[in-house]
Amino acid sequence: MYPFTFTTARDTRAALEAGRNGGRYIAGGTTLVDLMRETVERPGTLVDISPLPLRFVTVTARGGVRIGALVTMTDAAAHPAIRRLYPVVSAALELSASAQLRNMATIGGNIMQRTRCTYFRDVTAACNKRDPGSGCAAIGGFNRTHAILGTSDACVATHPSDLAVALTALDAKVRLAGSSGTRSVAIADFLLLPGATPDREQALRPGELITAVDIPAHPRPLRSGYLKVRDRQSYEFALAAAAVALHSSGGVIRTAKVAAGGVGTVPWRLSAVERHLIGRRPSTRLWSSAAELAAEGAKPLTHNRFKIELLQRTVERELRIVGGTA
Amino acid sequence: MSPQPQAAVGRPVSRVEGRLKVTGQAKYAADQTASGTAHAAVVDSSIARGRITGLDTAAAEACPGVLRVISHRNAPTLPYLPNRGSLNLPGERLHVFQDDRVLFHGQPVAVVVATTLEAAQHAASLVHVQYTAEPSATDLTSAPADEPTTYARGDAAAALASAAVRLDLTYRLSRMHHNPMEPHAIVTRWDGAELTVWDKTQWVQSTRDELAAVFGINPASVRVISPYVGGAFGNAARCWPHATIAALAAREAGRPVKLVLTRRQLYFGVGYRPAYEYRLSIGSDLQGRLTASVHDLRSETSRYETFAERGVLVPGRMLYTTPNVTQSHRTVPLDVNTPTPMRGPGYSTAAFPIESAVDELAHELGIDPIELRRRNEPENDQASGLPFSTRRLRECYTVGAREFGWNRRNPKPRTTRDGDWLIGMGVATAVYDTLRAPAQAHVRLDARGTAVVESATSDMGPGTYTSMSQVAADALGIDVPQVTFRLGDTTLPQAPVHGGSLTMASIGSTVQDGCDRVRQQAIALAVGDERSPLYGADPAAVVVYDGRLHVKGDPARGETYRQLLTRNDRTHLEATGSYTPAQSRASMHAYGAVFAEVAVDARLGMVRVRRMLGVYDAGRIISPKLADSQAIGGMVGGIGAALMEHTVTDHRDGRIVNANLAEYLVPVNADVPALKAIYLNGRDDQADPIGVKGLGEVVLVGVAPAVANAVFHATGRRVRHLPIAPEDLL
Repeated sequence: MYPFTFTTARDTRAALEAGRNGGRYIAGGTTLVDLMRETVERPGTLVDISPLPLRFVTVTARGGVRIGALVTMTDAAAHPAIRRLYPVVSAALELSASAQLRNMATIGGNIMQRTRCTYFRDVTAACNKRDPGSGCAAIGGFNRTHAILGTSDACVATHPSDLAVALTALDAKVRLAGSSGTRSVAIADFLLLPGATPDREQALRPGELITAVDIPAHPRPLRSGYLKVRDRQSYEFALAAAAVALHSSGGVIRTAKVAAGGVGTVPWRLSAVERHLIGRRPSTRLWSSAAELAAEGAKPLTHNRFKIELLQRTVERELRIVGGTA
Repeated sequence: MSPQPQAAVGRPVSRVEGRLKVTGQAKYAADQTASGTAHAAVVDSSIARGRITGLDTAAAEACPGVLRVISHRNAPTLPYLPNRGSLNLPGERLHVFQDDRVLFHGQPVAVVVATTLEAAQHAASLVHVQYTAEPSATDLTSAPADEPTTYARGDAAAALASAAVRLDLTYRLSRMHHNPMEPHAIVTRWDGAELTVWDKTQWVQSTRDELAAVFGINPASVRVISPYVGGAFGNAARCWPHATIAALAAREAGRPVKLVLTRRQLYFGVGYRPAYEYRLSIGSDLQGRLTASVHDLRSETSRYETFAERGVLVPGRMLYTTPNVTQSHRTVPLDVNTPTPMRGPGYSTAAFPIESAVDELAHELGIDPIELRRRNEPENDQASGLPFSTRRLRECYTVGAREFGWNRRNPKPRTTRDGDWLIGMGVATAVYDTLRAPAQAHVRLDARGTAVVESATSDMGPGTYTSMSQVAADALGIDVPQVTFRLGDTTLPQAPVHGGSLTMASIGSTVQDGCDRVRQQAIALAVGDERSPLYGADPAAVVVYDGRLHVKGDPARGETYRQLLTRNDRTHLEATGSYTPAQSRASMHAYGAVFAEVAVDARLGMVRVRRMLGVYDAGRIISPKLADSQAIGGMVGGIGAALMEHTVTDHRDGRIVNANLAEYLVPVNADVPALKAIYLNGRDDQADPIGVKGLGEVVLVGVAPAVANAVFHATGRRVRHLPIAPEDLL
């Protein structure tokens, strides 16, 4: 671990000032401290933002939810309103990490977490994300867990967050505070494709701070859920995951929100699947034909070709679980 | 001599050191802090083969707190005298910092010694090493092999050619790492020419002899202390290069040094279970009676040592009646560090191909897998011709089938469903040989009726402290809390390596002997003492219970140890117990039948073990609660081997890709369902005086093939490699 200074911000203004001066924000620290120990991250200054008043969950009259950035994963998952309105969010959180990590990790930190690509985490390996221009060891290396969607010649690392998949499906927005005020960015625009600059992972301006995540209201009743396929039953990242939210009326699907995890360099919105579902009546056949569209554009690597089939089947299964077979 | 009442042995005693462990008071190697201890951090090579051409330590040396940076550039030449002990292997062990050669990815190339751990670690990350890399080979399947070890009986080729049924199968087993909770750690302190070492080890004598040989000093000048070990599974039996690094660093820095390997370094700083390719051809008649088997094995080893795993050829020779057998095992030297035994070594490797193939044959012939095994049950050991001391596999199958509900199994694969899940049941046989080795123990019974029993063995988790206390308590006729068992110190009476399931048999028999001697001394003292109620009694008729000697059948006639010793002005009685295994006139093994029920998601390929049962013929069970911990732990390890564990090497540069516990998966609680063990009641008196056969190894053997066979039964898919991943079943 490289030496660093540690300061604590007592309020948002102090945090932003420290951030403007190059400080790295730390909340639960469950990703950052790990990476610092491996010397992947070498921040000179850490700014502890845990005293900031960002531990709230508020519900709008129409059924939207705002989750403060410092709410822990445990508390967000267990919040009655989130559980009732967006089971997909609670499920994604509860299928993440371990109970101990969820008690520490925060919502803001969760969407900021960095990839599990093992070459990224090994400072002796080539990695464009960690060391721009050094190359990508994963493309020609062991890449079973890597992405099949959204990859580039520079990076094939998978985005690790389950929560971000659910938030992507639900069109969530990330609220940001900066020196020039606050702004709101759709999560799909917030998390960046690697392209030629995989070291740039979020559309954050220097010193900006996540203050909350907004989940907009969706037509009700909305059924939703999250399915995660992985190598063990707990404490493991997804090989493939599906977040599904469906609203039907008159026996016809009116709203379909579907995103995939474990397969993309960012949480992957399955727009083709959504379009296929809308206006149709739920049926086993519909789930199957919609899921066939899930891996459109996928580019498999040496060891992860299976993810195409697995993704389609995961989406199909979760559509059936959420949508039923009536 | 009248048999002592069995009050402690066979009782589910809780670990005597359990409270110390769960309250953090048990001091493991890394918890030891000699005064003025400095900390060491090792710099590892980032190539698999080549030479170090540049080594810039300026930035590291400039860090506050750094005392020394040691590499081949400035390290003294170390004697590295031959040492045929310490489980050293054919070849030559890795020499640290003696030249510029790199033999594997992760080889130590420098060490930083600093006043704090943080300074040492940070400075180590600042050491800049340049290499000239040479082409490396780390892939078992494509590299040239050594000359094979072979075995043959009968004419397997001819028998295969004429077999009514013949299967030619290739199985692959991944490299696995032990991954105990406690990382390897060592504290070294020189006092002049005397070296004191606090080590994580399964064998204090191994560390002592190796460090003495490396530094060219008398073993008597080295004391190794290791009271607690936080799991090892075999990887703390040898003395690995980091021990030399720590001792060298302490000598160079002129103060005690503590070195704790990082989790990442445990993937190349110590050994692992090697990867195997196992080709197996079996022939049988139409009734499923095996006529021939041909075993061709390849396994990885390093270029500097040959690790040909003991036991891997044994099951193929003796598990089933097979008139014609040929075997060949080739080690494949690669640019990797040296493998080492891991729980169930050899036997668990062989069990996967053999027990899978038997299952395949059963399916091919439409014979129940248990029935097929029964038809091939041998009457004696077909390799040695020796009778079995005890072999109760038939009972294991019978009890297991009944308790597991085997008769509910529809023989046809892929016929049982539970919603999205396909359900399957599988069975496999477990076997591991009964090892024993000479040992000594010292027993001292004091006038208060409490005893101290000492032997330089270890307790890596199975509960040596507890089980030995139970044996001693019964042999002395006192309660378990009255016994203090000491281990893990080279100043104690010598003991063999704590591994290979030989500790209970060997140390247990030694403790029994030493305690018998002390008890007999006490009895002799009493029956010859006119003031004793036992005066004149037949010594053979005297037993001791609850600290009181009395004539068997006449409890009123007796007295306590305290009364006896106090009256005779004796502060204590003592004796040295010993055990030397008798020449074996029988084939001695522990056996088991392992049953698994799995659910496999028909579309998503996820495998869930639903329940497991192991039925073991392991001789006498000294401590049922510890035995259950062993059996359950073995099953958990086997589930890991079957479904998760896999050390991944990037063959481009020999890098271990998943050198951490986030990417190297072991089962978590959610993966471990109801696991149950049953032990056939009995003992094996040919094995050793206390009738045990060893348990810790056999409980891992057979678990992975039982799971794999259940996966086949569930899905109709035969996966011939481990671990089985979701993509194998899509």
